[in-house]
Amino acid sequence: MFSNPDLLHFIFGRLSLDSFPFLHDPIILVTLLGVVVGGIAVVGGISYFRLWGYLWREWITSIDHKKIGIMYIILAIIMLLRGFADALMMRAQQAIAFNGAEGFLPPHHYDQIFTAHGVIMIFFVAMPLVTGLMNFVVPLQIGARDVAFPFLNNFSFWMTTCGAALIMASLFVGEFAMTGWLAYPPLSDIVYSPGVGVDYYIWALQIAGVGTLLSGVNLIVTIVKMRAPGMSMMKMPVFTWTSLCTNILIVAAFPVLTAVLVLLGLDRYADTNFFTNDLGGNAMMYINLIWIWGHPEVYILILPAFGVFSEVVSTFCRKRLFGYSSMVYATVVITILSYIVWLHHFFTMGSGASVNAFFGITTMIISIPTGAKVFNWLFTMYKGRISFDVPMLWTIGFMLTFVIGGMTGVMLAVPPADFVLHNSLFLIAHFHNVIIGGVVFGMFAGIVYWFPKAFGFKLDEFWGKMSFWLWTIGFYFAFMPLYVLGLMGVTRRMSQFDDPSLQIWFIIAAFGALLIAGGIGSFIMSIVVAVIKRDKLRDETGDPWGGRTLEWSTSSPPPAYNFAFTPVVHELDAWDDMKKRGFVRPTSGFLDIHMPKNTGAGFILAAISLVLGFALVWHIWWLVAASFIVLIVGAIAHTFNYDRDYHIPASEVVATEEERTALLAKQQA
Amino acid sequence: MANTTASQTEAPVFYLKEEHHPETGTMLGFWIYLMSDCLIFAILFATYAVLGQNYAAGPSPADLFDLELVAINTSMLLFSSITYGFAMLAMEKGSIKGTQIWLAITGLFGVAFVGLEIYEFHHLWSLGATPMRSGFLSAFYTLVATHGLHVTFGIIWLVTLMVQVAQRGLIVENKRRLMCLSMFWHFLDVIWIGVFSVVYLLGVLG
Repeated sequence: MFSNPDLLHFIFGRLSLDSFPFLHDPIILVTLLGVVVGGIAVVGGISYFRLWGYLWREWITSIDHKKIGIMYIILAIIMLLRGFADALMMRAQQAIAFNGAEGFLPPHHYDQIFTAHGVIMIFFVAMPLVTGLMNFVVPLQIGARDVAFPFLNNFSFWMTTCGAALIMASLFVGEFAMTGWLAYPPLSDIVYSPGVGVDYYIWALQIAGVGTLLSGVNLIVTIVKMRAPGMSMMKMPVFTWTSLCTNILIVAAFPVLTAVLVLLGLDRYADTNFFTNDLGGNAMMYINLIWIWGHPEVYILILPAFGVFSEVVSTFCRKRLFGYSSMVYATVVITILSYIVWLHHFFTMGSGASVNAFFGITTMIISIPTGAKVFNWLFTMYKGRISFDVPMLWTIGFMLTFVIGGMTGVMLAVPPADFVLHNSLFLIAHFHNVIIGGVVFGMFAGIVYWFPKAFGFKLDEFWGKMSFWLWTIGFYFAFMPLYVLGLMGVTRRMSQFDDPSLQIWFIIAAFGALLIAGGIGSFIMSIVVAVIKRDKLRDETGDPWGGRTLEWSTSSPPPAYNFAFTPVVHELDAWDDMKKRGFVRPTSGFLDIHMPKNTGAGFILAAISLVLGFALVWHIWWLVAASFIVLIVGAIAHTFNYDRDYHIPASEVVATEEERTALLAKQQA
Repeated sequence: MANTTASQTEAPVFYLKEEHHPETGTMLGFWIYLMSDCLIFAILFATYAVLGQNYAAGPSPADLFDLELVAINTSMLLFSSITYGFAMLAMEKGSIKGTQIWLAITGLFGVAFVGLEIYEFHHLWSLGATPMRSGFLSAFYTLVATHGLHVTFGIIWLVTLMVQVAQRGLIVENKRRLMCLSMFWHFLDVIWIGVFSVVYLLGVLG
């Protein structure tokens, strides 16, 4: 009865039985089975323990910045597993596809994997890690009770998650882009990429981009308007400073991505001529625009990592940070410079010697404020009482690794050298060197550092150290060979090789990837073991590391309202100052606390956006229209809800605080 | 040494005993959002600047644009900004009726603007000047229609706020929302002046 092809096409758009790749690809079939079995286990577990209500009330609808921050990081860790599985497949393929052997991935599949790897690692691993950490830490560091717009915060998180969900859907329904992670036209135009892959790419990033932009606005306003009394800009913790600069970069860069993806989308959906080869299109316009977003993006990722290292290094060296104000100025200078270097990503475009010289020089100049930061961290360690806890190990590993990556970056900034190295594995080695050695190490340092604040117990130290060593050694094994190969002229994104003398380097790189797999496994073990041994690892002081900033002045985990009384700040490193000058924790005089209410609106609106994105990918126009209208009506309906806050009664605050008083007294006894 | 001297002096105040009310950040937040929106327009302007002369042997601005029509259209939007200003003055006076009347007039000007734009697009389309025709026309339609879509959403928002003002009066939340829409509406005016100058005036006279 459904034999009418027009009707089928109307209902399902481009979607048909051929759209399901697991029907003919065993790799995807096995993955799907794994996901289905895992999914059934999770859903079954949640149902068995009757956790749906709890999840909905306490997490999904939560507007508490701490819970949202934690959810961002969980999302990032899940997506890390996916993105890293892609990496392992690429390393395995390149290690074996020699001497006529085609390996186990045909080019059609291999190209999707390297695209998905890049997109997932940047947008759905690094970004949620950074946003999650900022969300959790910033309000605590500035002595605030929440962010400026708590509902938007929840909405942002779910938009990011729905973007990730759309990418995951492309694994089992249809295909992903085969264009590389920035989807350059004309390859990404409809003529050369007629499938759904690029559409998945566009809509996943547009949906997640809304979330990112709104959370950028949110955190800027939070930092500008909601700091505790006395905390002037130059008394803000460095992590808050780097968060401020990162969010300014987000607000100033992500609209460019939104606009350029709209234009690419129009080329694909409406047959316009922005980036086409004929009728007046200009593909280089896309490449300029996407890098005007793309270069600030890498600073969006690295600046919060710099902030983490600054907090960690001063805490674990028991000293105040060396050169606080130079650190702040260096951060601001990097923020500004990151906007005038984008062209170094395509020196080979042929814009001429003067233009290339300008962008080469601005790129090299960035190494000056960055170098200043490295020296500040080193001088903080100098004559410090260094304790080599796991966050400090990550910091030291970062300093060594990142400096190497920075130097190869300066090499690439020299246009004549870049003409040789452009698009080679040298470039791949360089950016993994700074992103793994900088962002990933920074985020691990941050997670280990703030985990006890979030959950009230430390992560397991043995597995943490294992994770650090496996990651670090694995990184060098995996990427130093790529520097060598790049210098020999091997280009990126190849699925097969002719020259057998190259194979040994790829085998070494694959070995490195296995070590990194061990590092990821150890990290997860450090969480699992810590949960099992949580009573031993518990911290009841709220300040397990001897911290210096306000987040360590409250309990671990902090109460919903963060601080029973708003702190007053006199010095940089406010909590350190309070401890030194005999701060006595108040135990009476508690008041009602005014807090925002939870709401399911963010989750629902984001879920509708996901449906809209899916319908757009598959050209299911009736569903596009329906979900778009529901989305608008839903958003308007939400504005009719004026009842958005409530008071935590003083009696509840008293109960919570007395519990903590008892715990602290037990500590001292 | 510094520590010991510090601890000997009296401990300063480290927390507020009364409830702390940080000032609301909605205006700042909305302003920052508008600046991000401004960047989207900046990209569309830049794209128009790069592709605006790629006619691909098709029509050019001088062949297509009717400055009189665009001038009328521009005046619709400029008047709507003035009338929104009157709505805000009425709001400050606390006059629900005055606010509603001026909002309604603003909305009508907005509808007239969008209507004229649709008429213009329809006319151009009938001449064969479609967005698919050339890089210039792709960039033109996208820039102008993005502005027009913003105005359309502004009208939807305006109607929503009129309903909310009718339901609850000029309460703090509604005043804040009217202020946000005010910024949005004036912002679109400023963008339109850019479109009018760069696309239409420079296109026909330049």
